[in-house]
Amino acid sequence: MTAVSDTETTIGFGRVLRKEDVRFLRGKGNYVDDIKLPGMLHGAVLRSPYAHAKIVSINTAAAEAHPKVRAVVTGKLLETLNLAWIPSLSHDVIAVLATDKVRYQGQEVAFVVADDRYAARDALELIEVEYEVLPAVIDAKTALDPSSALIRDDIEGKSDNHIFDWDCGDQEETDQVFDQAEVVVKQEMLYPRVHPAPMETCGAVADMDPISGKLTIWSTTQAPHAHRTLYALVAGLPEHKLRVVSPDIGGGFGNKVGIYPGYVLAVVGSILTKRPVKWMEDRSENLMSTSFARDYHMSGEIAATKDGKILGLRVHVLADHGAFNNTAQPTKFPAGFFHIFSGSYDLRSAYCQVTGVYTNKAPGGVAYACSFRVTEAVYLVERMVDCLAQELKMDPAELRMRNLLKPEQFPYLSPTGWEYDSGDYPRALRLAMDIAGYETLRQEQAEKRAKGELMGIGVSFFTETVGAGPKKHMDILGLGMADGCDVRVHPTGKAVVRLSVQTQGQGHETTFAQIVSEVTGIPIADIEVVHGDTDSTPFGLGTYGSRSTPVSGAACAIASQRVRDKARIIAAAMLECSPEDLEWESGRWFVKGDPSSGKTIQEIALAAHGPLELPDGVEGHLDGQCVYDPPNLTYPFGAYICVVDIDKDTGKVNVRRFIAVDDCGPRINPMIVEGQVHGGLADGVGMALMEAIAFDEEGNCLGGSFMDYLLPTSLECPSWETGQTVTPSPHHPLGLKGVGESATVGSPPAVVNAIIDALSVYGVRHADMPFTPAQVWRTIVGSPMRTDMAFK
Amino acid sequence: MQVPAPVDYERALSLDHAIELLERYGPDAKIIAGGHSLLPMMKLRLLQPEVLIDLNNVTDLGYIKVESNEMRIGALTRHSELLESPIVSEHFPIISEAERVIADPVVRNRGTVGGSLCQADPSEDLAAVFSALKASVVLRGSKGTRVVPVREFHSGPYSTVIDPGEILTEIRVSLSSPCGSAYKKVERRVGDWAIAAVGVVLRVSNSRADDVGIGLTAVGAEHYCAYEAEEFLVGKELSEETINECARIAAENCNPSADQRGPVDYKRHLVEVLTFRALGKAVARCKGGSQ
Amino acid sequence: MNIEVEVNGVGYSRDIEPRMLLVHFLRDEIGLTGTHWGCDTTNCGTCVVWMDEVPVKSCTVLAAMAAGHSVRTVEDLEQNGTLDPVQQGFMEMHGLQCGFCTPGMMMTARWLLDHNPDPSEMEIREAISGQICRCTGYENIVRAIRWAAEHSGEPADKAGEVMA
Repeated sequence: MTAVSDTETTIGFGRVLRKEDVRFLRGKGNYVDDIKLPGMLHGAVLRSPYAHAKIVSINTAAAEAHPKVRAVVTGKLLETLNLAWIPSLSHDVIAVLATDKVRYQGQEVAFVVADDRYAARDALELIEVEYEVLPAVIDAKTALDPSSALIRDDIEGKSDNHIFDWDCGDQEETDQVFDQAEVVVKQEMLYPRVHPAPMETCGAVADMDPISGKLTIWSTTQAPHAHRTLYALVAGLPEHKLRVVSPDIGGGFGNKVGIYPGYVLAVVGSILTKRPVKWMEDRSENLMSTSFARDYHMSGEIAATKDGKILGLRVHVLADHGAFNNTAQPTKFPAGFFHIFSGSYDLRSAYCQVTGVYTNKAPGGVAYACSFRVTEAVYLVERMVDCLAQELKMDPAELRMRNLLKPEQFPYLSPTGWEYDSGDYPRALRLAMDIAGYETLRQEQAEKRAKGELMGIGVSFFTETVGAGPKKHMDILGLGMADGCDVRVHPTGKAVVRLSVQTQGQGHETTFAQIVSEVTGIPIADIEVVHGDTDSTPFGLGTYGSRSTPVSGAACAIASQRVRDKARIIAAAMLECSPEDLEWESGRWFVKGDPSSGKTIQEIALAAHGPLELPDGVEGHLDGQCVYDPPNLTYPFGAYICVVDIDKDTGKVNVRRFIAVDDCGPRINPMIVEGQVHGGLADGVGMALMEAIAFDEEGNCLGGSFMDYLLPTSLECPSWETGQTVTPSPHHPLGLKGVGESATVGSPPAVVNAIIDALSVYGVRHADMPFTPAQVWRTIVGSPMRTDMAFK
Repeated sequence: MQVPAPVDYERALSLDHAIELLERYGPDAKIIAGGHSLLPMMKLRLLQPEVLIDLNNVTDLGYIKVESNEMRIGALTRHSELLESPIVSEHFPIISEAERVIADPVVRNRGTVGGSLCQADPSEDLAAVFSALKASVVLRGSKGTRVVPVREFHSGPYSTVIDPGEILTEIRVSLSSPCGSAYKKVERRVGDWAIAAVGVVLRVSNSRADDVGIGLTAVGAEHYCAYEAEEFLVGKELSEETINECARIAAENCNPSADQRGPVDYKRHLVEVLTFRALGKAVARCKGGSQ
Repeated sequence: MNIEVEVNGVGYSRDIEPRMLLVHFLRDEIGLTGTHWGCDTTNCGTCVVWMDEVPVKSCTVLAAMAAGHSVRTVEDLEQNGTLDPVQQGFMEMHGLQCGFCTPGMMMTARWLLDHNPDPSEMEIREAISGQICRCTGYENIVRAIRWAAEHSGEPADKAGEVMA
């Protein structure tokens, strides 16, 4: 257990303690539920107990008669406001409150506003809803059967549960590769439904000022600007009268990207009562109704030569999107970035086909640090490579090494159209193997096997694609995925930087100050980061998909560069020379050949606001702005190795070691980067061993509380071993690639590969996550279970 | 967040006061001690008592002492106190081993031994432990005190033979019987309820088992007890073969049901594995001469 | 009902409903929002405070039950403008990201170090095993608590002074 270097920096990149910590450590954070406004009321949502049922009637009389209740809202009332349905993030609609029928357990049915949160909860029990229960569609594999109930009868002309078909890659060429291949391995696998489950649930405080008409919404949002625009579009509210504030956020992981019915209901509640209304989810509401992730049934095939040259990949995906298509991803890509499934390998051809279906489950699909479904893609390819290794009786690390893209192949155009920016993959894998002591581990494994003990070593290699994205290809509901940034240097040389993105723990208040500092030389301590308030920050699409550093970070770097460029002109005026005569060193412009003659950025800032005469066309002050439209995505990558021991009699898995080598380009703050990686590795252990939301045949959610949806604790997580290589991105102004989701994307297959490696002595080639003791034992005895259904 | 329905609160200042309050409010009153089972159920509104009688200030109900060759545990004793008790660790490794895997350290600071037994959760660890130990509980009401064997105390999931006017005040465990004991549990994750767990208490003379207690939890065993397996082992030589057979009988006779912790066949298998392991450990402890 | 609770050495008297949970009393009634809430089932440990000198999950204690008892929250860790070594350790070792689980983690850590001033990595992991963190993967929390163990009794450093 070694910490990162203790050397601390005061200017630019390097280890520096976090600015935001000083309030969090004192219990002085300001999360949504900490907000208390004068006269504030509390809302609570009544939810459906059934997965699929017609609403016959709703009687709210008793609830309305409760002395502390101020309003009761039903779908019927919302219909009069044209708010019963709102657009989803994927060109579908979602119900704010059900009007016709409920389509999943936990769906919103009514909303109560009361004087306090206890009374609001009490009043929910007074609402009588009569349901007529309908057959539920739970198994995605039968959703398209003609005999399955029709879920979306609200869509005119809809006669089945089909959402979309989408494909990518050259089918004909891929089929040819497979026809001619010496070895083809096929494997079906499920990436189960999991949930980001941030420690802070979702919630909002809405405050409509009845006099000014200004609506302020404090909410748990990773994308405050996108929310503001969507509220304007959805509710017909004028955008200049809307202010969305994302205060401190207790973890997001993609859970807090979308607009949930509860937020809209808080707004409605405030409009109706003319008072501020707070709504906070309980944990079951969070797990049962907000954006889940994955639920991908994947059928993969890999083609190779006998000596282990991978030639092609083919996959069909059945994607369970739940009752409404509300996945958050760029419009063009209904399967997100799944089509990066050819991974880190040099193969000739790849083709994927994705079918999306409705089921009677909560909507979502893209969340949980998944980089728009790169998690699913990496899981697929990394499991397939291991299946191939087993078939060929080759070491999985060696098979990977033989097929990894080589440094000289970058920029690399993938068979499905991605342009990987930069990478040195073999170096990262070698480093991970060195840290792990790979050969020694394999020897130990052989010795253990001889004694009948189960030990497994799992390798995974991932290529991420993050920083969405170029406006010409990527938008969400028509909003291009660019981000703005303003840097302003005050007369005394202190600076403020305003961001469109919003931290949920990633440390933006520190790292973005470091970016400004790196470029301008202003000390980190002298730079204030402003974010999360749409009234005081420039427009941009927010923080998810590991996009803050690659997109907003680039905007920040360029805005800072513009400050520095302007400082040069001002310094030249001060020194009465030409800007071209000046040379930059950190924080100072000086005359070439005469280093003693120069001006610091602080001196320049004061002069910029003073009477100094500036050249024609140069305005005063020292500001820089940028709206950054990325030319390409960035491609962080990494090599992970996991070591597990398994008790063969109980099925209990112990993750003994986890080695993670990440390459995210240069590291702004290595301490923070390492922390990001650690968190993602814990996610991987969680998903591989315990996290899953299954449903029984009636559609009851079996993962609706923290007693049932298990998250890893300190005792399931090993002491992480991390390493790094640095391959800058050629197109990001500072070479940065982003890292937030890398470990969540890369780690699950490493753990699963390790478990399957251990169980391979039983002839096991695959079984589905999560590997609870029961699933491990069932896999050993040859009857692994479906982990998306109730165990029998 | 989920919150309990309206409820009244009374603070008991002594055991007699608590019993008096129970009498006064009748069956709609509930005793609250640690509250770590009761309050979550009240938040879910599965339970809506009209009055809570807070026992926490009756501090003389929190103790672990030796009397009449028995270890006596006051009902208000917290899990953490049981875990830290030298008397417990000296005489009853089964209790220490169970306590180490009950919930988590912070919950153990608050949850009580009496509360755990009264809750009668089908997956309760201590119910299996005290069943294996053939312990007794002391129930006190206005009409007097009765001592009930733990094996007769639980009458089904979430139900006990306690009368509405009674309070469980003490657990008694004989100090003379055991020479070796152990508790083995498999959980999906630290802090989760058991998938299955087995507690074993043995007394051995001339390498034969002359007293056997086997407690099971989370697998539908009546009174948390593996009667058939106990019966089989009594009088037998403690060989690997008999232990194996005993474990097989325990598995065969339990009655697990499937849930997301595991399917029936796995739980049954687990009972066999854990019974075997717990017996092995208990035998080793007998042989080691120390607990 | 009226209750009097001592929180961080200060007596508070409030009229409350008997069913009010201690976490809501702290947050909504007396405005100490440093204690957070994260689940309904006593699993996450986000709400850990001390009651009578022992860490408890304040979502599973009624405020009424705390009447006449003493409660200590994260707001009391800093003393006379000096951060507790646990607070400093969390900062130095990057033991927090979103900060939501942090107050509960630190309250448990402080209690652990009071009772075991030199805990091993495993002892630390066991102590915090009833508290979920989604950000850090626990590694840096363990390091933070070790840092605090190694720096106890030292005078306050920059974390308390300069950065504030």
